[in-house]
Amino acid sequence: MILPYFIIIPLLAAFLITLFSREKDYWSITVSTIASATMLVLSIVCFITLKGETFIYNLSGWKIPFTICLVRDSLSCFMIVIIQLISFTSLLFSVNYIRHISSSWKYYSLFMFLVAGMNGVVSTGDIFNLFVFMEIALFAAYALVSYGGKAFEFEAAFKYAVIGSISSTLILVGIGITYSATSSLTLAHIAQVLPQKPDILVWVGVLFLVGFGIKAAIMPFHAWLPDAHSSAPAPISSMLSGVLIKALGIYVLIRLFFNVFGAPPVFMNIFMVLGAASIIIASFLAIGQWDMKRLLAYSSISQIGFILLALGISTKLAILGAVFHIFNHAIFKSLLFYNAGSIEMAIGTRDLREMGNLKSVLPVTYSTSLIGTLSVSGLPPFNGFFSKLIIIVACVQAGYITYATIAIIGSLLTLAYFLKVQRYAFHGDKLFDVSEKSIGGGMKFAMLFLALLCVVTGVLLIPALRQSMLDPIVDTIFNKTEYIKLVLGSL
Amino acid sequence: MILYILCFILLLVGLYGVLTKKDLIKIILSLSIMGYAANLFLILFAYKNDAIFPILSESAVQEAMVDPLPQALVLTSIVIELGITAMLVALAVRLYQKYKTFDITKIRSLSG
Repeated sequence: MILPYFIIIPLLAAFLITLFSREKDYWSITVSTIASATMLVLSIVCFITLKGETFIYNLSGWKIPFTICLVRDSLSCFMIVIIQLISFTSLLFSVNYIRHISSSWKYYSLFMFLVAGMNGVVSTGDIFNLFVFMEIALFAAYALVSYGGKAFEFEAAFKYAVIGSISSTLILVGIGITYSATSSLTLAHIAQVLPQKPDILVWVGVLFLVGFGIKAAIMPFHAWLPDAHSSAPAPISSMLSGVLIKALGIYVLIRLFFNVFGAPPVFMNIFMVLGAASIIIASFLAIGQWDMKRLLAYSSISQIGFILLALGISTKLAILGAVFHIFNHAIFKSLLFYNAGSIEMAIGTRDLREMGNLKSVLPVTYSTSLIGTLSVSGLPPFNGFFSKLIIIVACVQAGYITYATIAIIGSLLTLAYFLKVQRYAFHGDKLFDVSEKSIGGGMKFAMLFLALLCVVTGVLLIPALRQSMLDPIVDTIFNKTEYIKLVLGSL
Repeated sequence: MILYILCFILLLVGLYGVLTKKDLIKIILSLSIMGYAANLFLILFAYKNDAIFPILSESAVQEAMVDPLPQALVLTSIVIELGITAMLVALAVRLYQKYKTFDITKIRSLSG
């Protein structure tokens, strides 16, 4: 019964913010922080008390073929924890950062809609309901990307909205074909019927792969991401890069292609090829960037490639690596976007050539970004090292030596372009007359908190913790037909 | 079958417009055409020849009925498309205020 609250609370908060806000933003900050903190606590409770079971919540009291259901299993609880974690720190970061742009309640209201949409996507068990929640999240995202009101932000938001609408239309056609073939919109029913019709499965699979591939920004479909993620305000960039592309893209791909379609080998091969292409091409594009947030955006594409490659290999170890990398990428990429945001707020530029020697004036930003850099480039003992190691070992174990080499090269290239950030932004001989006092306490807390998580979440791989935390998620993904039994069995 | 092919052509017309037109407003119109094609697809999947509207009454029990669920889906998706179109038009207006043009070849401060 806990699951509907992840949709009710943010929607209610957005409503209350819109209803009672005055010109000052204190009310909206209070309401959204309370809502977000409550959801963070609830999500951790939800994840810990689950113990690998599956619960169904039927909306409006009807039974499953006639109703929309919410499914609470380990994978969706895990995604909900990530969403609450990043959205809570983003809100703390926003308080000072957004006052820089404008102190308006509209930002917090849209932010709550974004969270509501993503929570809905990861908790629903109905494919059309997933589409509706996805549109809620995207609608808020389009508005938030253009929130700063500068010319290039409108341009990025327009591009994002056009490409997003094309992919939504493709997904809608896919849902139509699925419904005509299976006469059901519940994912578990579709999973029962669809694998017996391989010709329709190919059509639907291609439509969903392109549609959700655009949302996840995997390589040939990535054109919108560098613009949108670099133009948005920093906390929104970290929401988009940290969780939106995973909740709307990777999560839905996992749910559809593993639990519903039963992991057809042809699509697994496509996953591997696209993942490897994303890793290499996005890394090379990132090296050439001078805009710090644009570099981070390209780096997101490359890290999504790692996740997709691991999903394509689809052995148990590889899926463990993919799940762990989803978690780690959310943490360190959000941290690095916060760093970029605090630099932009302190000295007013994102261009690496105009920065230099910031380590003496922005010590907190410097130390946390060093941790983020080491973590994203996969150096021990930070969390990024373990997930990348698992993915590479899984590649070798499954016999894909070429893909393992590509993953290692991609990891080295990641180190290269993040060293470029460190070299140009924090070292050098320019002098800036700023101090870290201009950066508020909430921003510092958000950065330090995520940096701490970067250091300690490696312990999730200790066998005792892994068995209770990560293994149920891997089992949910790996046991393809179990999902049907669990959902339809627990009526 | 011919209906499905025509509907698919409508989808392609919309896609062609999005990809080739240089004018912001024409891009928005093309997106709407794509959306209409997708909605038409959903309605066609539910359509049956010589069937009646799906309202149960004394006289209509014996006859074939069209499937009402896709029609409900289409209503939802029309509302979503309305929202997205309004959003896009608002963005186009703001872009016009900033750049004084609707031509996307002149709106390019982002590249690379």
